[in-house]
Amino acid sequence: MNTLAVKKLAVSVLIVGTFILYALLHNSRSSAAPVALVPATPANPSAAADTPAATDTGAGNATAAPSPTDTPSTRYKNGTYTGGVADAQWGLVQIKAIIKNGKIADVQWVQYPSDRERSVFINSIADPQLTQEAIQAQSAQVDIVTGATDSSFAFMQSLTDALSQAQA
Amino acid sequence: MRETRLLMGMPITVEVRDPRATRDDLAAVLAYFTSVDETFSTYKATSVISRLNRGELALEDCGEEVRTIFALAEQTRRETHGYFDITRDGIRDPSGIVKGWAIHNAARRLRAAGYRDFYVDAGGDIAVSGTKDGAPWRVGIRNPLNRQQNVKVLAVTDRGVATSGTAIRGQHIYNPHDPDTPLLDVLSLTVIGPNVYEADRFATAAFAMGQRGIHFIEELPGFEGYLIDARARATSTSGFERCVLRV
Repeated sequence: MNTLAVKKLAVSVLIVGTFILYALLHNSRSSAAPVALVPATPANPSAAADTPAATDTGAGNATAAPSPTDTPSTRYKNGTYTGGVADAQWGLVQIKAIIKNGKIADVQWVQYPSDRERSVFINSIADPQLTQEAIQAQSAQVDIVTGATDSSFAFMQSLTDALSQAQA
Repeated sequence: MRETRLLMGMPITVEVRDPRATRDDLAAVLAYFTSVDETFSTYKATSVISRLNRGELALEDCGEEVRTIFALAEQTRRETHGYFDITRDGIRDPSGIVKGWAIHNAARRLRAAGYRDFYVDAGGDIAVSGTKDGAPWRVGIRNPLNRQQNVKVLAVTDRGVATSGTAIRGQHIYNPHDPDTPLLDVLSLTVIGPNVYEADRFATAAFAMGQRGIHFIEELPGFEGYLIDARARATSTSGFERCVLRV
């Protein structure tokens, strides 16, 4: 085997190795669920940081909805819990949960992707026709609104699940 | 002229822009929803559907409306690979198809009465007809994570718009192929179709498919969809942008 072949082999191993390493890192990063919450110190003062899409009336939802929080096995400590910053491919998200009376009273966005230019991409794996983007508030006046009346319920449930995992 | 009433457990609004609109005609449309509720409500012990489920009535004795709905539900079940199924644990609950069908019928009644520019909105599922002062109707898609916000504004005319979420009375949509697993990935799926009946039934079925639901809508000619998942990410069908308001 001459020196050139050895060099070629070394270079290709390096390239393939880099790809594998990148894929592994990428996987481990994205497998950290964006909504997984890490309990922080209760009543974290930094929680008041700007929340471009703070959720409303979460308290009503949490008490009215028959979510897993109602089961006695999942009682949470009162306070504000801020999740870690998660990379959701299209931008960074960070979520905080506010616990009152042992239940999730509100879920708010601490960080919210807003760079439309960067976040819009074609999902080539799933379907080349479909466009994905981070949702963004639109201020234009509307005549009618479509939307499930209380659809944050599902999100609350998934958060509850994440919380119980974080506390287990 | 606009009229809103709380019927079938949700706000129902009818707005007619035609100058000759009368209160009586609007009231008649709202009364129609009341009659539909009397027949199909699974929450009312006296409804036809409740009596059918208790075995007090046979399907043949249920009247034409109920038989129509059951036939439409069966057609939808076949067209959605079983993802739309009104029967669960032997109990038939056609709510998932009745709502869109009733809104569509209400819109047809208004059109039959000679009106052109109007909308009928029942709990966020909407039939729009004609225009508002010459411009398409503007329909906001609500942010499921913040109900004070819209994340898209549609400009539509002569269309049906329906959104499925995990909403109204708790988890009302489930996957018939896996009924015990809650649907968590998708927060809301909005479908724009040729009319609200079509938009609503396919929105419900596609929602039960989870993330794959948007692909199902993509495959349907004449339909567009906008799916919002739990990561605050939206996936839209290829022609969706054409329905979005240009400012």
